[in-house]
Amino acid sequence: MSWTQVCDYTVMLPERGVCALVDGEQVALFRTHDGEVYAVGNRDPFSGAYVLSRGIVGTRKDEPTVASPLHKQVFSLVSGVCLDEEAVSVPVHRVRVRDGLVEVSLSSRL
Amino acid sequence: MRNLVVVGYGPAAHRLVETLVDRGFDGRITVIGEEPRPAYDRVALTSYLSGTSAEDLTYAVPPGVVTRLGSRVTAIDRAAGQVVTTTGREPYDVLVLATGSAPFVPPVPGAEHAFVYRTIEDLDAIRVAAKDAAEGVVVGGGLLGLEAADALRSLGLRTHIVEMSPWLMPRQVDEGGGAVLKSHIEGLGLRVHAGAGVAEVVHAGGRVTGLRKPDGTLLDAQVVVFSAGIRPRDELARAAGLAVGERGGVVVDAAMRTSDPAIYAVGECALVEGMIYGLVGPCNTMAEVAADRITGGSARFTGADLSTKLKLLGVEVAQFGAMSGALDVTYMDPVGGVYKKLFISDDARTLLGGICVGDAAPYAALRPFVGKELPAAPSDLLFSGAGAALDLPDEAQVCSCNNVCAGEVRAAVADRGVTDVPGVKACTRAGTTCGSCVPLLKQLLEKSGVEVSKSLCEHFAYSRAELFDIVRVRGITTFSELISQHGQGRGCDICKPAVASILASLHNGHVLDGERAALQDTNDHFLANLQKNGTYSVVPRIPGGEITPDKLIVIGEVARDFGLYTKITGGQRIDLFGARVEQLPEIWRRLVAAGFESGHAYGKALRTVKSCVGSTWCRYGVQDSVGLAIALELRYRGLRSPHKLKSAVSGCARECAEARSKDFGVIATEQGWNLYVGGNGGFKPRHADLLATDLSTDDLVRTIDRFLMFYVRTADRLQRTAAWLESLDGGLDYLREVIMNDALGICADLDAQMEQHVATYADEWRATLDDPEKLSRFVSFVNAPGVPDPSIVFGSERGQIRPVVAR
Repeated sequence: MSWTQVCDYTVMLPERGVCALVDGEQVALFRTHDGEVYAVGNRDPFSGAYVLSRGIVGTRKDEPTVASPLHKQVFSLVSGVCLDEEAVSVPVHRVRVRDGLVEVSLSSRL
Repeated sequence: MRNLVVVGYGPAAHRLVETLVDRGFDGRITVIGEEPRPAYDRVALTSYLSGTSAEDLTYAVPPGVVTRLGSRVTAIDRAAGQVVTTTGREPYDVLVLATGSAPFVPPVPGAEHAFVYRTIEDLDAIRVAAKDAAEGVVVGGGLLGLEAADALRSLGLRTHIVEMSPWLMPRQVDEGGGAVLKSHIEGLGLRVHAGAGVAEVVHAGGRVTGLRKPDGTLLDAQVVVFSAGIRPRDELARAAGLAVGERGGVVVDAAMRTSDPAIYAVGECALVEGMIYGLVGPCNTMAEVAADRITGGSARFTGADLSTKLKLLGVEVAQFGAMSGALDVTYMDPVGGVYKKLFISDDARTLLGGICVGDAAPYAALRPFVGKELPAAPSDLLFSGAGAALDLPDEAQVCSCNNVCAGEVRAAVADRGVTDVPGVKACTRAGTTCGSCVPLLKQLLEKSGVEVSKSLCEHFAYSRAELFDIVRVRGITTFSELISQHGQGRGCDICKPAVASILASLHNGHVLDGERAALQDTNDHFLANLQKNGTYSVVPRIPGGEITPDKLIVIGEVARDFGLYTKITGGQRIDLFGARVEQLPEIWRRLVAAGFESGHAYGKALRTVKSCVGSTWCRYGVQDSVGLAIALELRYRGLRSPHKLKSAVSGCARECAEARSKDFGVIATEQGWNLYVGGNGGFKPRHADLLATDLSTDDLVRTIDRFLMFYVRTADRLQRTAAWLESLDGGLDYLREVIMNDALGICADLDAQMEQHVATYADEWRATLDDPEKLSRFVSFVNAPGVPDPSIVFGSERGQIRPVVAR
């Protein structure tokens, strides 16, 4: 498993996302209020636009979520599943914080 | 005809004469006051420093009452039945002493250079002194002392509070509550010195330089205010040989009669059963008892409930019933700054009293149960909201601002068919002042079998208007604070932008400052409008649609250099499409340099005030519509609201600006301006309704100010003014009552809020360009800031770009 350093942890605002380019793949990274970091694909499957990193971070029944900024469908940051339409999902990537740096490892592409 | 003379013209005297007039007292009433104006609201005195005028605070003199203002009574000639003033004599058959009290000033050296905090003149003097001062000290950490401290702080002074007792507000809270209160107040930047006295007011050359404590330490201060208790003004009674208390106060019986049956005493100068009352409630009751007796009744003053609920320096403090008991249950949250305690009888069945700091919700719910059986487990009662689920007795007060009982709310539901909170508000006035009882009103409605759900989302059980009141009344400034105290979870795309908008409406400031950045929808986050392919569009403000050729050229050059698609909008502006996030700062650097500002096309905010060309050029125009449109657009630019706001000004009745399709539209008349409100195009078009005719420009602006602020306060999330006006109970007439006749008494507040908005407006884009930290967020990729997003691809159409989205 290979890890790619993407940014300082401190660059990430609490409850906001950033986008990173990892091996040509757009990864949306989010820092939640409790300090956890999550990574999902940046592409909004409903519109095809690469915008999920710019959505609003929140919770639904305690599950951390992001809402697409285009048409507000909500995705779980844990499973990548769209909670408004469960047949739709976005890929979830592995992410960790090492020595103050955020690192991403892409999930295998299907 | 009987002559009734009242000495002193404070709130108790006012209540007395008001009650007498209401009851049809048939004698002649003369009120002699030493202040230059009739009685005024001393409870709201501090608001005088934040812009409320003396006139607004002053109570109207009841009809038929003769006043002698600025006049001092020097003696009572009981034998002749006359009072002696500096200018003459006034005969009386009945005399009422309502001389009030004087602030206690401890006899320390230099005390004559200190101020007191009681009258409008005191506040004027403090305001003048504060102009050349940096620091202030208030001696006294009770209710009035904290008010005075708030006043000094609002005047920009670094403020110290010196309190003799070991903690603040010792009459209202215990040691634990005092500690929480102290941390709230110190969190605001004030310094609290509890358990400390005063040795000397240090001064040099007639100017105060500090305050020395008994231990020798010196607090630097150029303003010192004594607010350490009151002394009843009993000197006239004493000189006239009436009975007075050992420690002051005119002795009265339960009928408020002094030792001379022709003379009554009410208010802070009266000593009843060995007690002096300094709160407005009991003083009003005394005045009513005296009025009843004077008109032949048999009312008695049997002591007063000294329960208090107030908000000082943004902190709620409440105390009811006893301040001790065999058992007590305490809830303490030092992080949230909340302290609640209930006192209970030894058999754990009867509620004796309680103390709240930081959250006074239990006060309204539990005060009616003092001396009665506990309605639920004490631990449940201490959580706010829990108390509201109780079966309140009909006589329980639910709205303390407007003195509305549970029974009145139930009657509104049962007899008048009220089904929602706005209905209860309209019917009973409950919840219309501070709004803190709204959850309780909801509960009462639900218990009456009415279905209510105005929850914003799963995180907040409140409507937007209720949240607005909570934020405003509790002085909340962050989303975290709001959701931890009044919500659950961590929010969502519904509540976060709604709260961001509320915070922006109330506090202005930059929408991307601190935690607020994370609340914004992507449009507000990048100060531009997201389009379907992930690019953004840019709309510079063009007030009134008027633009110079040079500025037009700059827009053209920017669009050409960045390859943007360009389109004229319906609001007489120009929209530039297809910008990537990392291009936005570069685009705006050029626009700001040419004198453009954000057009807020991305925000739920004022968009544009469109205009026709008006009387300057048009041969039909009767007023300068362009000039007014520009003035209105500049006044309201940046105002965050529940939804977008559009406006227009037409220079004559031909209405070329289509003002009647706007949230607020203005049409010129020969005499002035007609104002229309509540119009929109869109999904459900609606013509705006005529609110007022032939207004002068000043009156027009004031009316629009209030209309907008009332809308901002009370509308639901994403509710345009059209839908809001239709849902407003009482509709246009009610709106007119509120904003033109001040039926709710909130106009001064609305005006002040708009003034604050206008005074603190700053261009968001200029501020962002000046802030490297904010600018650093404008990248497509955090790990490759220079790389453009490869997914953004354009084709071309009619000579311009068009987005291509790969599916």
